[in-house]
Amino acid sequence: MDTILFVAFPYIAVILAVGFGIYRNVRNRFTFSSLSSQLLENRQLFWGSVPWHYGITLLLLAHLIPWIIPGAARYVLSDPVRLVILELIGLALSLFTAFGLIVLIIRRLPGNSRAHAVTSWMDGVLLFLLAVQTFSGIGVALFDRWGSLWFLSSIVPWLWSLVRLQPDITPVIALPAFIQFHVLIGFLLILLFPFSRLIHIFTIPLGYLRRPYQVVIWYRDPRRRNEGQVITYGKQPLE
Amino acid sequence: MNVRCQVSMVFHLDKCIGCHTCSLACKNLWTSRQGTEYMWWNNVETKPGTGYPTLYEDQEEYHGGWEVKDGELKLKLNTRSKELLNLGFNTRLPSLDDYYEPWTYKYDELTNSPLQQIQPIATPVSLVTGKEMEIEAGPNWDDCLSGSPIYAANDPNLRSIADEERRQLFEMERVVYFYLPRICNHCMNPSCVAACPAGAIYKRGEDGIVLVSQEKCMGWRMCVSGCPYKKVYFNWSTGKAEKCILCYPRLETQQAPACMHSCVGRIRYLGMLLYDADRIEQAAKSPDHELVQAQRDIILDPFDPQVIREARENGVEDKVIESAQKSPVYAYVKRWKLALPLHPEFRTLPMLFYVPPLLPVTGSMNDGIYESSRDFFSSLENARLPIRYMASLFTAGDEEMIKAVYRKMMAVRVYKRAQTVGDIPEGEAAEALERGGTTPEEIDDIYRLTSLAGFDERFVIPPFSREAAVELVHLTHTPAESSGMGFIHAPERGL
Repeated sequence: MDTILFVAFPYIAVILAVGFGIYRNVRNRFTFSSLSSQLLENRQLFWGSVPWHYGITLLLLAHLIPWIIPGAARYVLSDPVRLVILELIGLALSLFTAFGLIVLIIRRLPGNSRAHAVTSWMDGVLLFLLAVQTFSGIGVALFDRWGSLWFLSSIVPWLWSLVRLQPDITPVIALPAFIQFHVLIGFLLILLFPFSRLIHIFTIPLGYLRRPYQVVIWYRDPRRRNEGQVITYGKQPLE
Repeated sequence: MNVRCQVSMVFHLDKCIGCHTCSLACKNLWTSRQGTEYMWWNNVETKPGTGYPTLYEDQEEYHGGWEVKDGELKLKLNTRSKELLNLGFNTRLPSLDDYYEPWTYKYDELTNSPLQQIQPIATPVSLVTGKEMEIEAGPNWDDCLSGSPIYAANDPNLRSIADEERRQLFEMERVVYFYLPRICNHCMNPSCVAACPAGAIYKRGEDGIVLVSQEKCMGWRMCVSGCPYKKVYFNWSTGKAEKCILCYPRLETQQAPACMHSCVGRIRYLGMLLYDADRIEQAAKSPDHELVQAQRDIILDPFDPQVIREARENGVEDKVIESAQKSPVYAYVKRWKLALPLHPEFRTLPMLFYVPPLLPVTGSMNDGIYESSRDFFSSLENARLPIRYMASLFTAGDEEMIKAVYRKMMAVRVYKRAQTVGDIPEGEAAEALERGGTTPEEIDDIYRLTSLAGFDERFVIPPFSREAAVELVHLTHTPAESSGMGFIHAPERGL
């Protein structure tokens, strides 16, 4: 059972997410974004979207960075003062994030008819799972103290063993069931990426920082014509 | 020199009767789908008025367009990195209430009504939520100055005129308004393109039409905020930005856009302009009062042999150059200098130009006696709409420039009246001519194109040979749904 949950399930989740993510991008690019409802409802969105997005981004980074560079994380956390400060910041951030999420959930309820009009059933599932995940995360932070430390000796080795394709579940099965639950919901959310609006995380347009302001597209590019290249734009260029 | 050509337009406001036929032609063709009901790619607003969406001209609020900061041309909206930080919540987005909530009626309540003493009423139903609603605003809610204490009185352009003038403006005997039809300006220096984080909006090289790639658009909505004219709209149903496409499928088959074709007052002109793309940034950075002139300067003379040579080198076809020579837009904008862009101070260098309305003096109340002025066309100081108001609309506040336009328009009227009716003394006509800085020949040309021009003179559309260009990049013999332009799938949202 543990093998199914902590070996098979994470692999399936990631493979499905990547596979369907690529499929959706190639075959149905039109839907590869999140449906904004800001035009329809502006005021509540501010109090929901802003705390949620900033909060969850920082929290996810706080999960991701120790995973990628555990050595550096271990050094930073070795000092008890720094550990306490970081844990407190983390807790405050998660409360901030939870506040945003609560506003977002209220906003999508039938009481707010405009935002509700553009809410799909998947949005409902997603909001529910995100709420479960956020509050279980707060629960972990409160009741299983010093998570930033034990994370390094349990979750991190397990995740790396999955990456190396030599799964070793001994570090996770020792954890309390509540933490295991938080981990599994996390992978369920990863699984949902290509099937929900979460996909918009992969559309963050960093290219905007570099591109010129103006975009001009030609069927025949006059500047390149003399170089023998006539066709520069189109969906299916002739061979 | 980097010669590009562009389809551009002139709207002659003196001829607009505010019938909204253009708006309806456009709506029927393009925006009757779900999510687009509230959009009017073409709208006609009453001036003075707050426009559509309400107060769109107030860039203190919306931060649309460009500004010059430390000698550099920058988006007024945000720096690029700040824009990315605002992706989760766009701080400068108008809400649906700034446009209006679209609705329909429960018509079956009329047909199924039982016999009763009072007339049955069809209840309005929101097209967004499907629920019953109170109608609080609608398209052209302020048409012909209706609700003017709320709408017209708050026109941002009235900030430039004195309180006394403003009071007089709304006096019953003097009350005055005109219509301002607006479509996308297809700007030379579009700020919607520059604000799009996804790079989905682009300007077509061959004809300058600004379009949104529906597949690249991620629905970040920055174009809506970036456009100072609020002519990019957000489709709440598909989550994509949509805007006026200048009826390019019609243009490519040499038909006039629907709004222009259907124009009852024949106020619309369309033709090619050649311009120097290398000088766009320089022109857009000019000081406020030089913007109109700077834009005129980079519009090139299509008869100049050097311009023709450079245009050919850039791949502009001979037929397009030929049509640029016949362009009514070139005549109004550059040759006669009668047409001006709307709000040049937004620095997007709009390619839709307006001939301002003349609004002659008609009358005033003196001691309870209504007197009509004898001085119909020649007094700028008594103009019914303050010159300063018109200047804040069309010349970024430069009164001299708009006065020059008016003097020439008056010269045309006075001269033609002297010629055809003959009740104006010879000297007066000659004086008007001199003040307008014009000649009888020029006046005849202006008169012809303004009053008598037929369809083919108002819309000079070259053959774009787009179909030939398309054949280069698309397999035309493959079955539908596997190749071709546009959507291969139905444009439906996923979850």
